[in-house]
Amino acid sequence: MSKERTHDMRARTVTIKGHGGDEIEAYLAEPEGDGPFGGTVVIHHMPGYDRSTKEIARRFASAGYIALMPNLYHREAPGADPDDAAAAARAAGGVPDERLVGDVAGAMAYIKALAKSNGKVATIGYCSGGRQSFLSATSLQLDAAVACYPGGVVNPPPPGAPVNFKPLLERTKDLSCPLLGLFGDEDKFPTPEEVAILAKELSSAGKDYEFHSYPGAGHAFFDVDRPSYRVEAALDGWAKIFDFFGRHLDGSK
Amino acid sequence: MCTYHTEHVKLAGSGKGPEGWFSLAEASVYYDHPVHAPSEHSVNVDFLNRSLGPRARVAVELDPASARDLAHALLAAAEQAAALSR
Repeated sequence: MSKERTHDMRARTVTIKGHGGDEIEAYLAEPEGDGPFGGTVVIHHMPGYDRSTKEIARRFASAGYIALMPNLYHREAPGADPDDAAAAARAAGGVPDERLVGDVAGAMAYIKALAKSNGKVATIGYCSGGRQSFLSATSLQLDAAVACYPGGVVNPPPPGAPVNFKPLLERTKDLSCPLLGLFGDEDKFPTPEEVAILAKELSSAGKDYEFHSYPGAGHAFFDVDRPSYRVEAALDGWAKIFDFFGRHLDGSK
Repeated sequence: MCTYHTEHVKLAGSGKGPEGWFSLAEASVYYDHPVHAPSEHSVNVDFLNRSLGPRARVAVELDPASARDLAHALLAAAEQAAALSR
C-alpha cells in the first residue's frame, strides 16, 4: 500500500547544522517506510516556526515526501513560543538573506543524508518564505522550488523593512531548478503586476516555471487559521504542488 | 501581505508579561499579520526587553481604528502629564 494511501508518517524536532555551522532547531516530518523519498525544505512565514506550518510539513510527509522546516528564529529565541520568537527576530532586524541560504543549505544536507532520501530536494515557502524559497533556488542547486505569494522579489519592501531585503529579480538568471509560483489576484504583496514582471523575466532567461494566480484570493490563502484562507485556491494549490513535486522529486536521482 | 515595515521605539516604563512585571526597553510597532486577532492584518505592538529574553514581551494586536483611538488616548494622557508637571 502506498504511503499516499496510508498517510503513515512520523514527525519530531531535530537539530541540524545551519549557516556558519550553527546548530539550530528544525521540525522533521517523514513518511514511514524505507523510501526512497523526495524531500522538501519548508520555509516558514514571517510569523514564525508555528503550529500551522508544522501541519504543512506533516502534510508533505503524509503524501510521501520528507519535509524539514528549520526554525529561522532559533538563534534569536531558542525554545521560545513561536510568536515571541517572531517578535524577537523582528526587533533584531529580521533574518539576513545570507543566513537564510545557509540554513536552507543545512536543511538540504540533512535531508540528503537520510537513508530514505532519494537525493532530490525542493524548497517551498510561504509569504516571506516564498521570497526566501526563490532566493534559495537562485543560490543553491535544487531539484524544484515553490514560492507561495512571495513579496519582495520584484519590488522592494516599503521603507522601514528590517534588514537587507533587496529585490531578487536580477537573480532570475541564476535559478537552478523548475519553479512553481502560486499567487492570489487580490494580493498587494506581490501585486499581479509584479507577478507579470517576474514571469517575463523568467521567460526571457529561458527558465522552467509555471505560475497560477487565483481570483478571489489574496495573500496567505493557504493559511487555514486566518481569515485570508480561500478553500478553492488552497485545494487547487495543493494539487498543483503535488503534481509539481511528482514530476520533479519522485524517482531516483 | 507581509508588510515587513516596523517602527522601533525606545521606551522607559514597565510591562506585565507571562512571568510578571519587567522593565520595558523598546517597542516594535507594525501593520502585519496578527497571531490571534480575527483579521488578515492588524496594528501590532510588541513591548519588549530583549536583554531579558523573548518571553519578556507584552503583545497587542489592534484593528486600525482601535490603534488610532489608543494613540489619541496616549497623547491626551501624555499632554496631561506634561501640563501637571509644569
